[in-house]
Amino acid sequence: MNLEYSEDVLAFRDELREFLEGWPLTGDEAKLALEEQRRLFRERGIERGYVYRDMPKKFGGSEQPSDAVRDRIVKEEYLAANAPGGLIGQGPGMLAPTLMEFGTPEQQERFIPPTLAGDMRWCQGYSEPGAGSDLASLQSRADLVGDEWVINGHKIWTTTAHEADYMFGLFRTEPDASKHAGISYLLLDMKAPGIEVRPLKEMTGAAMFNEVFFTDVRAPADHIVGKRGEGWQVSRATLKHERNLIGDPNAMHRAFRNLIDLARRTKRGGRPAIEDPSVRQRLAEIEGYLLCQEFTGSRMFTAGARGDHAGVVMPMMMMKLYGTDLQQLLTRAACDLVGDGFLLAPTVEEGSHGGPQGTDGAWVSSYMNAIAVSIAGGASNIQRNIIGERALGLPRDLRSA
Amino acid sequence: MEFGLSEEQKLLQETVRSFVSKECPVTKLREIFDGELGTEPALWKGLSEMGIAGLAISEDHGGAGMEVLDLALVSEVLGEGALPTPFLGHSLAGLAIEAGGSDEQKSRWLPRLASGDALGTVAFGELDNRWQPEEWTTQASGSRVTGTKRFVPNGSLSDVVVVGVAGGGLVLIEKEAKGVTCETMDGIDRTRGVCELILDEAPCESLPNGAAASRRVRDAALVLLAADSFGAAWKLIRMTIDYTGTREQFGTPLTQFQSVKHEIANMATDVEQTRALYWYAAHALDHLPDDSAHAAAIAKAHITDRAMEAARSAFELHGGIGFTWECDVQMWFKRCMFNRAFLGTPEVHRERSAQLSGW
Repeated sequence: MNLEYSEDVLAFRDELREFLEGWPLTGDEAKLALEEQRRLFRERGIERGYVYRDMPKKFGGSEQPSDAVRDRIVKEEYLAANAPGGLIGQGPGMLAPTLMEFGTPEQQERFIPPTLAGDMRWCQGYSEPGAGSDLASLQSRADLVGDEWVINGHKIWTTTAHEADYMFGLFRTEPDASKHAGISYLLLDMKAPGIEVRPLKEMTGAAMFNEVFFTDVRAPADHIVGKRGEGWQVSRATLKHERNLIGDPNAMHRAFRNLIDLARRTKRGGRPAIEDPSVRQRLAEIEGYLLCQEFTGSRMFTAGARGDHAGVVMPMMMMKLYGTDLQQLLTRAACDLVGDGFLLAPTVEEGSHGGPQGTDGAWVSSYMNAIAVSIAGGASNIQRNIIGERALGLPRDLRSA
Repeated sequence: MEFGLSEEQKLLQETVRSFVSKECPVTKLREIFDGELGTEPALWKGLSEMGIAGLAISEDHGGAGMEVLDLALVSEVLGEGALPTPFLGHSLAGLAIEAGGSDEQKSRWLPRLASGDALGTVAFGELDNRWQPEEWTTQASGSRVTGTKRFVPNGSLSDVVVVGVAGGGLVLIEKEAKGVTCETMDGIDRTRGVCELILDEAPCESLPNGAAASRRVRDAALVLLAADSFGAAWKLIRMTIDYTGTREQFGTPLTQFQSVKHEIANMATDVEQTRALYWYAAHALDHLPDDSAHAAAIAKAHITDRAMEAARSAFELHGGIGFTWECDVQMWFKRCMFNRAFLGTPEVHRERSAQLSGW
């Protein structure tokens, strides 16, 4: 154990901090449109080797030697400075690395550069109304007719479908093959005729998700990643890259600090709630879970840097469930501190992603969103199955093939 | 930046683990558990020969010069084996003398403690849950000490006892001295006996830096208890997996039922993620003085609580048999009870951590 950074890493961090003082832009550049400013600063970050560190230069990355510690520092410092680094989201975070692993050279050249530049935005088409936890039972199909795929079906929970240029998704291409072996990984132009996107309004009032309907949608035959029937394996491999989407490692810490602030300003019997012994007990108990999550993250990070993934397979499988439970514990405490504020609906801003933090309505919204987390990205009971079966060696559920 | 164990530390755990499984299989443990002593001298002798008695005692004084983290790693393995040894009190006595003693006291006691020739322990507890240094009332004046200390681990076997006194300081007493009476208590954890130590004008010598040392030793104790609970909880999870995998009801092993599988997954998740917390808290005692008291308090409160909850689930998943004296679950269940209550309950340490956070 050694929680200090080495001299050369500290020097790297100093240089990075100095660079990040350039954001926000000043002078004439500050007059540019915000989107343009972000692009400019991102380009400078790529030039300096801070952004898209694991992507080849020819595709718009900065192609740095693999270095987990520097990757982590870059992430932390960019977040602390609130500076525009690499784009996150499903295109740069999941599709681009998937193409690096499975794509043809033509696919890499065509899709990765605009994706990293933000000119091509992506959504993920996996879930269907009849295929949630049992994703491999998906029924949306793609038939090869001449040199085109013809696609029919219905996807759901498609985040950002309304603004995406392309979709990467799973479709049944081999109806006669077994469940998992009949699926292929395809790339679809969202502007193709026959695609209809309908927003799904959530209980918070926000509309993060969509449904996507396909009626005889056509895509070129070479828009398949991997071979026919290999879609399941390609999508599983993509999950490795999901860590790219785990945006901010300190988000839970910030939420906890907000909770402490809430306890300081909320009154109980005329005194700050934080002086109430039952509130103090509860906050300290939550902090126990919070620190476990933080240090387990550090433990996984070091194991990853040492190349010892096998040593942390178990805690890694547990992270999703643990984080979900922690988030719910935290927002439930906020619910009790806010009290009657939970009788009011959040405003549209408070309900939307990236909205204000710390207001009563924002807590109402976080409380509801924390419940959704136990479904999104793998339901908690599925996580328990995975932990039980794969980490602890318990028997698999009885299920039909 | 390395958040993980060294190869030496992994080897240390493996070495102690194979000692435990060879020298104290569950049949042997059961004999000791049902016996009177609450320990087995041969086990401690064996561990001492491996250097465990002096693990964190400095090399100058004949120890291995390792850290609180190494003690905690051993503690985990001893909890896993519910090993009946005086490791806890002995290690804490060594830390106390090392941190609080004069040069003369160190050279008089530490080499003998390090070799295992002498056994040490600490006497912190008092009536009415007065465990913390600021709560102690035992009176030391000059070279005499008077008061009653409770729950002294393996006190009846010890040669030297580090006693907490009013003002938060520490004094040394020799157990065989006049004015010292040691009465065995009927402790819940039969793998770690406790006694009441009645001091009536007993001869003592104070540790010059006792007041600072007592807090550090208390914090180290919190971490060792947490690590012991972590090991015990994992043992209970494994026992539960084994039992539910063979026990059949409705014509199928219990693990085939999702309700059982999910409860075990919850137990394991709740426990495994605490491993890094005890590592951190131990490391903080060695290297991060500003955060060490807080981390130790949270680690003790959180981990002994989570372990107790896992023990409760383990009992439930064993069904009626789990409630019997014959079933091995009780030995680890009680180990968890000891760790949770000794030195103050989770509630006490959550409140301390709240104060340390400035809430």
